[in-house]
Amino acid sequence: MSNTFTVDGQEVPFEPGQTVLQAALTADVFIPHLCYHPEFRPHGSCKLCTVEVNGRPATSCTLPAAAGMEIESNTAEIMAKRRMLLQMLLVEGNHFCPSCEKSGSCKLQALCYALGVMSPHFDQFYPDRPVDASHPEMLLDFNRCILCELCIRASAEVDQKNVFALSGRGITKHLIVNAESGRLADTNFAPSDKAAQVCPVGVILRKRRGFAVPIGSRPYDAQPISDQAERFKPVVKEGS
Amino acid sequence: MDAPVKKKLRVATTSLAGCFGCHMSFLDIDERILPLLELIEFDRSPLTDIKHCGPCDIGIIEGGICNAENVHVLREFRHQCKILIAIGACAVNGGLPAQRNHLDLRDILEEVYHTDPGVARGGIPNDPELPLPLDKVHPIHEVVKVDYFLPGCPPSADAIWKFLTDLIAGRTPVMGHGLLQYD
Repeated sequence: MSNTFTVDGQEVPFEPGQTVLQAALTADVFIPHLCYHPEFRPHGSCKLCTVEVNGRPATSCTLPAAAGMEIESNTAEIMAKRRMLLQMLLVEGNHFCPSCEKSGSCKLQALCYALGVMSPHFDQFYPDRPVDASHPEMLLDFNRCILCELCIRASAEVDQKNVFALSGRGITKHLIVNAESGRLADTNFAPSDKAAQVCPVGVILRKRRGFAVPIGSRPYDAQPISDQAERFKPVVKEGS
Repeated sequence: MDAPVKKKLRVATTSLAGCFGCHMSFLDIDERILPLLELIEFDRSPLTDIKHCGPCDIGIIEGGICNAENVHVLREFRHQCKILIAIGACAVNGGLPAQRNHLDLRDILEEVYHTDPGVARGGIPNDPELPLPLDKVHPIHEVVKVDYFLPGCPPSADAIWKFLTDLIAGRTPVMGHGLLQYD
């Protein structure tokens, strides 16, 4: 059998070792995803990329591709579940797009647009999460954190600094800074760090850069995220 | 014989804890308001200055809920309108006014009317005519059932036009890329 599977009836080729999501994005088949990043190991925590494989749900970012899989992704039922996941993320934090520097380049917002999320549906939590503006060049706005752990993974695996961590369990889980004071200024975090570049939402921000790109020119203004699978193709590293 | 005159849909609008920006964006449909007025007529609205909402087909709410009067007006709209629409970021998720939600209301009033320089130090207003503020700002769907949502700060005139024309034509409004925006 050839190395292909189908997503909503469309044939997708894959290389051995690829996950379903990686193969689909390589073939320009967009499966909505949030905590996946092409340069990092799949995490499987946001559940947004959940698909049905031969009738059973699985996160496509962690599922190894296998020949002959019949995958459903863009069905009304799966899309409704993805919308609900996004709505739960929206009410759990404080996501006020009009005053967010990341608006227009935020993956959470772009996915809400692409999936047609018209309201938060649930009651807002309005959590109290003070910002950390201690660092001279970087700002942390915890109000927008979706716990994808990309900054944690980047800081530990790429920067070798281990600046970020998650603390707490369940609904009290939150992002913290690994310093005795808990302040970003008391770490060796730098704007050039990989961890400073990977936040899909508006938590880790460069100071004095807000709203530099005008509305209309931002990454998700011209094209919906679903037409930008190109940007999320897996990166082939040398020697791998 | 003349064709029967089609009854116009009755539409009420109001701004609660909002800035009237959504109403301004609605007026940005410009001359398209003329064909729209062939299909609808306004009940209570800042455009008519009618003070109370009568029986309506569509109610459009801008702004969230920040005080007791907002709750009364919202309930009147829900009672009188067959279809209720939350329009704009504030009605949909509380928006900018809701950014006071992590602060204590007393502290806010103290700062604005006592300690902060600038405003006349006449004390916290307590005229019985003034509606009491709520301790937190809420989106309207946390108080009444809302049938449709149109986010945006404000939603563009094109988005409002698409939404209303879809709805009036009997279609579920579908906002394509560029029309559904949260900012």
